[in-house]
Amino acid sequence: MEKEYWRWPESRWTSSDIDWKTGDIISAGVDVGSVSSQAVVLVDGELFCYSNYRTGSDSPESAQKVMDKALEETDLTLEKIHHTVGTGYGRVNVPFANRAITEIACHARGANFMYGPSVRTILDMGGQDCKAIHCDEKGKVTNFLMNDKCAAGTGRGMEVFADLLSIPIEEMGKLSFKVEKEPEPVSSTCVIFAKSEAVGLLRKGWPKEKVLAAYSSAMAHRVVELLERIKVEKDFAVTGGIAKNEGVVKRIESELKIEALEPQHDTQIAGALGAALFAKALVEKERGLR
Amino acid sequence: MLAHYGYKDGSGDYFIVIDTDKCDGCGECVTACPYGVLEVGEDENDPFREEPVAKVTEDHRKKIKYSCAPCKPTSGKKPLPCVQACSPDAISHSW
Ligand code: SF4
Ligand code: SF4
Repeated sequence: MEKEYWRWPESRWTSSDIDWKTGDIISAGVDVGSVSSQAVVLVDGELFCYSNYRTGSDSPESAQKVMDKALEETDLTLEKIHHTVGTGYGRVNVPFANRAITEIACHARGANFMYGPSVRTILDMGGQDCKAIHCDEKGKVTNFLMNDKCAAGTGRGMEVFADLLSIPIEEMGKLSFKVEKEPEPVSSTCVIFAKSEAVGLLRKGWPKEKVLAAYSSAMAHRVVELLERIKVEKDFAVTGGIAKNEGVVKRIESELKIEALEPQHDTQIAGALGAALFAKALVEKERGLR
Repeated sequence: MLAHYGYKDGSGDYFIVIDTDKCDGCGECVTACPYGVLEVGEDENDPFREEPVAKVTEDHRKKIKYSCAPCKPTSGKKPLPCVQACSPDAISHSW
Protein backbone atom coordinates (compact mmCIF):
# COMPACT_ATOMS: atom_id res chain seq x y z
CA MET A 1 0.00 0.00 0.00
CA GLU A 2 1.16 3.49 -0.74
CA LYS A 3 2.30 5.37 2.35
CA GLU A 4 -0.19 7.89 3.63
CA TYR A 5 1.76 10.82 4.94
CA TRP A 6 -1.13 13.07 5.61
CA ARG A 7 -3.40 11.27 8.05
CA TRP A 8 -3.25 11.51 11.83
CA PRO A 9 -2.91 8.13 13.54
CA GLU A 10 -6.13 6.63 14.83
CA SER A 11 -6.72 6.35 18.54
CA ARG A 12 -9.00 4.81 21.12
CA TRP A 13 -9.22 5.01 24.90
CA THR A 14 -11.22 3.54 27.79
CA SER A 15 -11.39 4.86 31.33
CA SER A 16 -10.00 2.37 33.82
CA ASP A 17 -12.14 3.46 36.74
CA ILE A 18 -15.69 3.86 35.45
CA ASP A 19 -18.19 1.03 35.54
CA TRP A 20 -20.93 1.91 33.09
CA LYS A 21 -23.36 -0.48 34.82
CA THR A 22 -23.56 1.83 37.82
CA GLY A 23 -24.29 4.82 35.55
CA ASP A 24 -27.61 6.61 35.48
CA ILE A 25 -27.27 8.35 32.12
CA ILE A 26 -25.17 6.88 29.34
CA SER A 27 -24.83 9.33 26.47
CA ALA A 28 -22.86 9.34 23.24
CA GLY A 29 -21.66 11.77 20.60
CA VAL A 30 -20.50 10.97 17.09
CA ASP A 31 -18.65 13.51 14.98
CA VAL A 32 -18.49 12.53 11.32
CA GLY A 33 -15.89 14.79 9.73
CA SER A 34 -14.64 14.97 6.19
CA VAL A 35 -11.42 13.10 6.94
CA SER A 36 -11.85 11.46 10.33
CA SER A 37 -14.72 10.58 12.65
CA GLN A 38 -14.86 10.34 16.41
CA ALA A 39 -17.18 8.72 18.93
CA VAL A 40 -17.34 9.53 22.64
CA VAL A 41 -19.34 7.78 25.35
CA LEU A 42 -20.03 9.42 28.70
CA VAL A 43 -21.32 7.79 31.86
CA ASP A 44 -23.08 10.42 33.97
CA GLY A 45 -21.07 13.09 32.22
CA GLU A 46 -17.70 11.42 32.83
CA LEU A 47 -15.52 10.32 29.93
CA PHE A 48 -15.91 6.55 29.60
CA CYS A 49 -14.43 5.75 26.20
CA TYR A 50 -13.66 7.27 22.82
CA SER A 51 -12.27 6.50 19.42
CA ASN A 52 -10.91 8.45 16.49
CA TYR A 53 -11.12 6.68 13.18
CA ARG A 54 -10.94 7.47 9.50
CA THR A 55 -14.08 8.52 7.62
CA GLY A 56 -14.85 6.33 4.64
CA SER A 57 -16.80 7.32 1.57
CA ASP A 58 -20.06 6.40 3.27
CA SER A 59 -21.09 8.55 6.27
CA PRO A 60 -23.58 6.16 7.94
CA GLU A 61 -21.09 3.33 7.73
CA SER A 62 -18.27 5.50 9.10
CA ALA A 63 -20.48 6.54 12.01
CA GLN A 64 -21.24 2.91 12.80
CA LYS A 65 -17.58 1.91 12.54
CA VAL A 66 -16.24 4.63 14.79
CA MET A 67 -18.90 3.79 17.39
CA ASP A 68 -18.02 0.09 17.22
CA LYS A 69 -14.39 1.06 17.68
CA ALA A 70 -15.18 3.12 20.78
CA LEU A 71 -17.14 0.25 22.34
CA GLU A 72 -14.70 -2.41 21.19
CA GLU A 73 -12.76 -2.98 24.39
CA THR A 74 -15.73 -2.46 26.69
CA ASP A 75 -18.74 -4.67 27.40
CA LEU A 76 -21.10 -1.77 26.71
CA THR A 77 -23.38 -2.11 23.70
CA LEU A 78 -25.14 0.49 21.55
CA GLU A 79 -28.61 -0.48 22.87
CA LYS A 80 -27.59 0.49 26.40
CA ILE A 81 -26.85 4.08 25.38
CA HIS A 82 -29.76 6.35 26.28
CA HIS A 83 -29.21 9.16 23.82
CA THR A 84 -26.85 9.86 20.95
CA VAL A 85 -26.19 13.17 19.22
CA GLY A 86 -24.57 13.38 15.78
CA THR A 87 -22.38 16.30 14.75
CA GLY A 88 -19.88 17.25 12.07
CA TYR A 89 -20.34 17.57 8.39
CA GLY A 90 -22.01 14.15 8.18
CA ARG A 91 -24.17 14.78 11.25
CA VAL A 92 -27.49 14.02 9.59
CA ASN A 93 -26.11 10.69 8.43
CA VAL A 94 -25.62 9.03 11.80
CA PRO A 95 -28.25 6.26 11.67
CA PHE A 96 -28.43 5.63 15.43
CA ALA A 97 -28.40 9.29 16.52
CA ASN A 98 -31.47 10.80 18.18
CA ARG A 99 -30.55 14.29 17.08
CA ALA A 100 -28.06 16.34 15.07
CA ILE A 101 -26.34 19.45 16.48
CA THR A 102 -23.79 21.65 14.67
CA GLU A 103 -20.05 21.36 15.20
CA ILE A 104 -19.98 24.97 16.36
CA ALA A 105 -22.17 24.25 19.38
CA CYS A 106 -20.50 20.90 20.04
CA HIS A 107 -16.93 22.17 19.88
CA ALA A 108 -17.66 24.95 22.34
CA ARG A 109 -19.32 22.52 24.72
CA GLY A 110 -16.57 19.94 24.27
CA ALA A 111 -13.75 22.45 24.78
CA ASN A 112 -15.45 23.73 27.92
CA PHE A 113 -15.31 20.20 29.33
CA MET A 114 -11.86 19.37 28.02
CA TYR A 115 -10.06 22.58 28.95
CA GLY A 116 -12.27 23.93 31.73
CA PRO A 117 -14.74 26.83 32.11
CA SER A 118 -12.09 29.52 31.68
CA VAL A 119 -11.96 28.90 27.91
CA ARG A 120 -13.36 31.84 25.95
CA THR A 121 -11.85 31.44 22.50
CA ILE A 122 -11.70 28.18 20.60
CA LEU A 123 -10.03 27.57 17.32
CA ASP A 124 -10.99 24.38 15.59
CA MET A 125 -9.10 23.43 12.52
CA GLY A 126 -10.65 20.39 10.96
CA GLY A 127 -10.07 18.53 7.75
CA GLN A 128 -11.91 20.94 5.50
CA ASP A 129 -12.91 23.94 7.54
CA CYS A 130 -11.70 26.33 10.14
CA LYS A 131 -13.90 27.61 12.97
CA ALA A 132 -13.34 30.45 15.37
CA ILE A 133 -15.67 30.31 18.36
CA HIS A 134 -16.15 32.51 21.40
CA CYS A 135 -18.09 31.01 24.32
CA ASP A 136 -19.15 31.76 27.87
CA GLU A 137 -18.19 29.91 31.06
CA LYS A 138 -20.85 27.29 30.39
CA GLY A 139 -19.55 26.52 26.93
CA LYS A 140 -22.45 28.31 25.24
CA VAL A 141 -21.52 29.94 21.93
CA THR A 142 -21.47 33.75 22.03
CA ASN A 143 -19.79 34.48 18.71
CA PHE A 144 -18.68 32.30 15.85
CA LEU A 145 -17.31 32.25 12.38
CA MET A 146 -16.70 29.31 10.13
CA ASN A 147 -14.66 29.31 6.96
CA ASP A 148 -15.22 26.31 4.75
CA LYS A 149 -14.86 28.02 1.45
CA CYS A 150 -11.16 27.52 1.05
CA ALA A 151 -8.55 25.04 2.28
CA ALA A 152 -6.16 27.62 3.72
CA GLY A 153 -6.11 27.16 7.48
CA THR A 154 -7.52 23.64 7.33
CA GLY A 155 -6.15 20.17 7.72
CA ARG A 156 -6.53 19.65 4.00
CA GLY A 157 -4.08 22.46 3.37
CA MET A 158 -1.52 20.77 5.60
CA GLU A 159 -2.11 17.38 4.00
CA VAL A 160 -1.24 18.78 0.59
CA PHE A 161 2.14 19.78 2.02
CA ALA A 162 2.69 16.48 3.83
CA ASP A 163 2.25 14.75 0.50
CA LEU A 164 4.29 17.22 -1.50
CA LEU A 165 7.24 17.00 0.90
CA SER A 166 6.72 13.30 1.79
CA ILE A 167 6.78 14.05 5.50
CA PRO A 168 4.40 12.23 7.87
CA ILE A 169 1.94 14.71 9.32
CA GLU A 170 3.00 13.93 12.91
CA GLU A 171 6.53 15.11 12.17
CA MET A 172 5.69 18.30 10.32
CA GLY A 173 5.40 20.48 13.41
CA LYS A 174 8.82 19.62 14.80
CA LEU A 175 10.52 19.76 11.43
CA SER A 176 9.16 23.21 10.70
CA PHE A 177 11.27 24.57 13.58
CA LYS A 178 14.50 23.11 12.26
CA VAL A 179 15.40 26.33 10.55
CA GLU A 180 18.08 28.76 11.64
CA LYS A 181 15.95 31.76 10.91
CA GLU A 182 12.20 31.91 10.32
CA PRO A 183 11.74 32.49 6.56
CA GLU A 184 9.21 34.90 5.10
CA PRO A 185 5.79 33.25 4.98
CA VAL A 186 4.76 32.04 1.54
CA SER A 187 2.80 34.88 -0.01
CA SER A 188 -0.21 32.92 -1.27
CA THR A 189 -2.97 32.12 1.16
CA CYS A 190 -4.64 29.90 -1.38
CA VAL A 191 -3.38 26.33 -0.96
CA ILE A 192 -3.18 25.66 -4.67
CA PHE A 193 -0.99 28.72 -5.23
CA ALA A 194 0.99 28.08 -2.06
CA LYS A 195 1.75 24.61 -3.32
CA SER A 196 3.15 25.84 -6.61
CA GLU A 197 5.07 28.51 -4.74
CA ALA A 198 6.54 25.73 -2.56
CA VAL A 199 7.49 23.66 -5.60
CA GLY A 200 9.35 26.72 -6.90
CA LEU A 201 11.18 27.18 -3.59
CA LEU A 202 12.20 23.51 -3.52
CA ARG A 203 13.59 23.88 -7.01
CA LYS A 204 15.53 26.90 -5.89
CA GLY A 205 17.18 24.59 -3.37
CA TRP A 206 15.27 25.45 -0.19
CA PRO A 207 15.38 22.55 2.27
CA LYS A 208 12.03 20.94 3.14
CA GLU A 209 12.14 22.36 6.68
CA LYS A 210 12.40 25.90 5.41
CA VAL A 211 9.51 25.45 2.97
CA LEU A 212 7.48 23.95 5.77
CA ALA A 213 8.30 26.84 8.09
CA ALA A 214 7.28 29.36 5.43
CA TYR A 215 4.00 27.57 4.87
CA SER A 216 3.22 27.01 8.55
CA SER A 217 3.58 30.70 9.30
CA ALA A 218 1.43 31.68 6.32
CA MET A 219 -1.24 29.32 7.59
CA ALA A 220 -0.96 30.65 11.14
CA HIS A 221 -1.32 34.20 9.90
CA ARG A 222 -4.39 33.33 7.91
CA VAL A 223 -6.04 31.75 10.94
CA VAL A 224 -5.16 34.68 13.19
CA GLU A 225 -6.96 37.00 10.77
CA LEU A 226 -10.10 34.91 11.18
CA LEU A 227 -9.77 34.82 14.95
CA GLU A 228 -9.41 38.57 15.13
CA ARG A 229 -12.82 39.00 13.57
CA ILE A 230 -14.47 37.38 16.59
CA LYS A 231 -11.95 38.98 19.00
CA VAL A 232 -9.58 36.73 20.88
CA GLU A 233 -9.96 36.58 24.63
CA LYS A 234 -8.15 34.40 27.14
CA ASP A 235 -8.24 31.47 27.75
CA PHE A 236 -7.53 30.17 24.30
CA ALA A 237 -7.84 26.56 23.20
CA VAL A 238 -7.16 24.77 19.95
CA THR A 239 -9.11 21.67 18.92
CA GLY A 240 -9.19 19.41 15.87
CA GLY A 241 -6.36 17.79 13.98
CA ILE A 242 -4.15 20.86 13.62
CA ALA A 243 -3.99 21.23 17.40
CA LYS A 244 -1.49 18.39 17.13
CA ASN A 245 0.73 20.38 14.77
CA GLU A 246 2.92 22.49 17.03
CA GLY A 247 4.48 24.13 13.99
CA VAL A 248 1.20 25.89 13.32
CA VAL A 249 -0.04 26.25 16.91
CA LYS A 250 3.18 27.85 18.23
CA ARG A 251 3.19 30.33 15.35
CA ILE A 252 -0.43 31.25 16.05
CA GLU A 253 0.43 31.73 19.72
CA SER A 254 3.34 34.00 18.95
CA GLU A 255 1.31 36.09 16.53
CA LEU A 256 -1.57 36.41 19.02
CA LYS A 257 0.78 36.73 21.99
CA ILE A 258 -1.49 34.31 23.86
CA GLU A 259 -0.57 30.77 24.76
CA ALA A 260 -3.05 28.03 24.01
CA LEU A 261 -4.08 25.76 26.87
CA GLU A 262 -2.39 22.40 27.16
CA PRO A 263 -4.73 19.76 25.70
CA GLN A 264 -5.77 16.58 27.46
CA HIS A 265 -6.89 13.58 25.49
CA ASP A 266 -7.07 13.51 21.72
CA THR A 267 -7.88 17.06 20.53
CA GLN A 268 -9.88 15.65 17.64
CA ILE A 269 -12.61 14.36 19.98
CA ALA A 270 -13.80 17.81 21.13
CA GLY A 271 -16.82 17.83 18.79
CA ALA A 272 -17.97 14.31 19.65
CA LEU A 273 -17.44 15.06 23.34
CA GLY A 274 -19.64 18.15 23.10
CA ALA A 275 -22.27 16.10 21.27
CA ALA A 276 -22.24 13.51 24.06
CA LEU A 277 -22.65 16.27 26.66
CA PHE A 278 -25.65 17.63 24.75
CA ALA A 279 -27.04 14.10 24.59
CA LYS A 280 -26.82 13.90 28.37
CA ALA A 281 -28.53 17.28 28.77
CA LEU A 282 -31.30 16.17 26.41
CA VAL A 283 -31.93 13.04 28.52
CA GLU A 284 -32.10 15.22 31.62
CA LYS A 285 -34.57 17.50 29.87
CA GLU A 286 -36.66 14.50 28.86
CA ARG A 287 -36.68 13.23 32.43
CA GLY A 288 -37.70 16.65 33.69
CA LEU A 289 -34.42 17.18 35.51
CA ARG A 290 -33.68 20.53 33.88
CA MET B 1 -24.73 35.07 19.96
CA LEU B 2 -23.11 36.79 17.01
CA ALA B 3 -23.39 34.38 14.11
CA HIS B 4 -21.03 35.16 11.24
CA TYR B 5 -22.09 33.71 7.92
CA GLY B 6 -19.81 34.05 4.95
CA TYR B 7 -16.10 33.86 4.38
CA LYS B 8 -12.84 35.64 3.99
CA ASP B 9 -10.88 35.38 0.78
CA GLY B 10 -8.02 37.14 -0.93
CA SER B 11 -10.21 40.13 -1.78
CA GLY B 12 -11.73 40.79 1.64
CA ASP B 13 -14.11 39.80 4.43
CA TYR B 14 -17.66 38.97 3.48
CA PHE B 15 -19.81 38.22 6.48
CA ILE B 16 -23.45 38.77 7.36
CA VAL B 17 -23.62 38.94 11.13
CA ILE B 18 -26.84 38.03 12.92
CA ASP B 19 -27.15 38.94 16.58
CA THR B 20 -29.33 36.03 17.70
CA ASP B 21 -30.01 37.66 21.07
CA LYS B 22 -31.71 40.57 19.29
CA CYS B 23 -33.41 38.53 16.56
CA ASP B 24 -36.96 37.48 17.40
CA GLY B 25 -37.49 35.39 14.29
CA CYS B 26 -40.14 37.73 12.84
CA GLY B 27 -39.03 37.00 9.27
CA GLU B 28 -39.23 40.58 7.99
CA CYS B 29 -35.71 40.30 6.59
CA VAL B 30 -36.63 37.16 4.66
CA THR B 31 -39.49 38.99 2.97
CA ALA B 32 -37.35 42.05 2.29
CA CYS B 33 -34.43 40.22 0.70
CA PRO B 34 -34.93 40.04 -3.08
CA TYR B 35 -32.45 37.20 -3.55
CA GLY B 36 -33.46 34.58 -1.01
CA VAL B 37 -30.27 34.91 1.00
CA LEU B 38 -31.95 34.75 4.38
CA GLU B 39 -34.24 32.26 6.08
CA VAL B 40 -35.78 31.79 9.49
CA GLY B 41 -35.63 28.48 11.28
CA GLU B 42 -34.28 26.47 14.17
CA ASP B 43 -31.09 27.83 15.74
CA GLU B 44 -28.64 25.14 14.68
CA ASN B 45 -25.98 26.44 17.01
CA ASP B 46 -28.06 26.62 20.15
CA PRO B 47 -29.98 23.37 20.62
CA PHE B 48 -31.89 24.72 23.61
CA ARG B 49 -33.27 27.84 21.95
CA GLU B 50 -37.02 27.50 21.44
CA GLU B 51 -37.74 30.51 19.17
CA PRO B 52 -36.79 30.48 15.49
CA VAL B 53 -33.91 32.63 14.34
CA ALA B 54 -32.71 34.25 11.10
CA LYS B 55 -29.75 32.78 9.25
CA VAL B 56 -28.09 32.84 5.84
CA THR B 57 -29.16 29.89 3.72
CA GLU B 58 -26.60 27.14 3.22
CA ASP B 59 -26.63 27.83 -0.54
CA HIS B 60 -25.54 31.44 -0.19
CA ARG B 61 -22.92 31.10 2.54
CA LYS B 62 -20.07 30.45 0.15
CA LYS B 63 -20.99 33.10 -2.42
CA ILE B 64 -22.38 35.88 -0.29
CA LYS B 65 -20.19 38.53 -1.89
CA TYR B 66 -21.95 37.88 -5.19
CA SER B 67 -25.40 37.21 -3.76
CA CYS B 68 -25.50 40.61 -2.07
CA ALA B 69 -23.68 42.53 -4.79
CA PRO B 70 -26.87 43.93 -6.43
CA CYS B 71 -27.84 45.55 -3.10
CA LYS B 72 -24.45 47.19 -2.78
CA PRO B 73 -23.86 49.74 -5.52
CA THR B 74 -20.22 50.76 -5.81
CA SER B 75 -21.10 54.43 -5.69
CA GLY B 76 -23.51 55.95 -3.20
CA LYS B 77 -24.55 53.97 -0.14
CA LYS B 78 -28.15 52.82 -0.13
CA PRO B 79 -29.60 51.21 2.97
CA LEU B 80 -29.70 47.42 2.60
CA PRO B 81 -33.24 46.00 2.45
CA CYS B 82 -32.48 43.31 5.05
CA VAL B 83 -30.93 45.74 7.52
CA GLN B 84 -33.70 48.24 7.00
CA ALA B 85 -36.43 45.64 7.54
CA CYS B 86 -35.08 44.50 10.88
CA SER B 87 -36.47 46.67 13.66
CA PRO B 88 -34.50 45.05 16.51
CA ASP B 89 -31.30 45.88 14.57
CA ALA B 90 -30.07 42.30 14.53
CA ILE B 91 -28.39 42.27 11.10
CA SER B 92 -25.10 43.77 10.05
CA HIS B 93 -22.72 43.31 7.16
CA SER B 94 -18.94 43.30 7.35
CA TRP B 95 -18.42 44.91 3.96
S1 SF4 C 1 -27.89 42.79 1.18
FE1 SF4 C 1 -29.63 42.41 -0.20
S2 SF4 C 1 -29.25 40.34 -1.02
FE2 SF4 C 1 -27.92 40.59 0.77
S3 SF4 C 1 -29.14 39.71 2.45
FE3 SF4 C 1 -29.52 41.92 2.44
S4 SF4 C 1 -31.36 42.16 1.22
FE4 SF4 C 1 -30.57 40.11 0.78
S1 SF4 D 1 -35.96 40.96 10.61
FE1 SF4 D 1 -34.45 40.95 12.25
S2 SF4 D 1 -35.56 40.13 14.01
FE2 SF4 D 1 -36.78 39.62 12.21
S3 SF4 D 1 -36.08 37.56 11.64
FE3 SF4 D 1 -34.85 39.01 10.44
S4 SF4 D 1 -33.03 39.30 11.73
FE4 SF4 D 1 -34.55 38.40 13.04
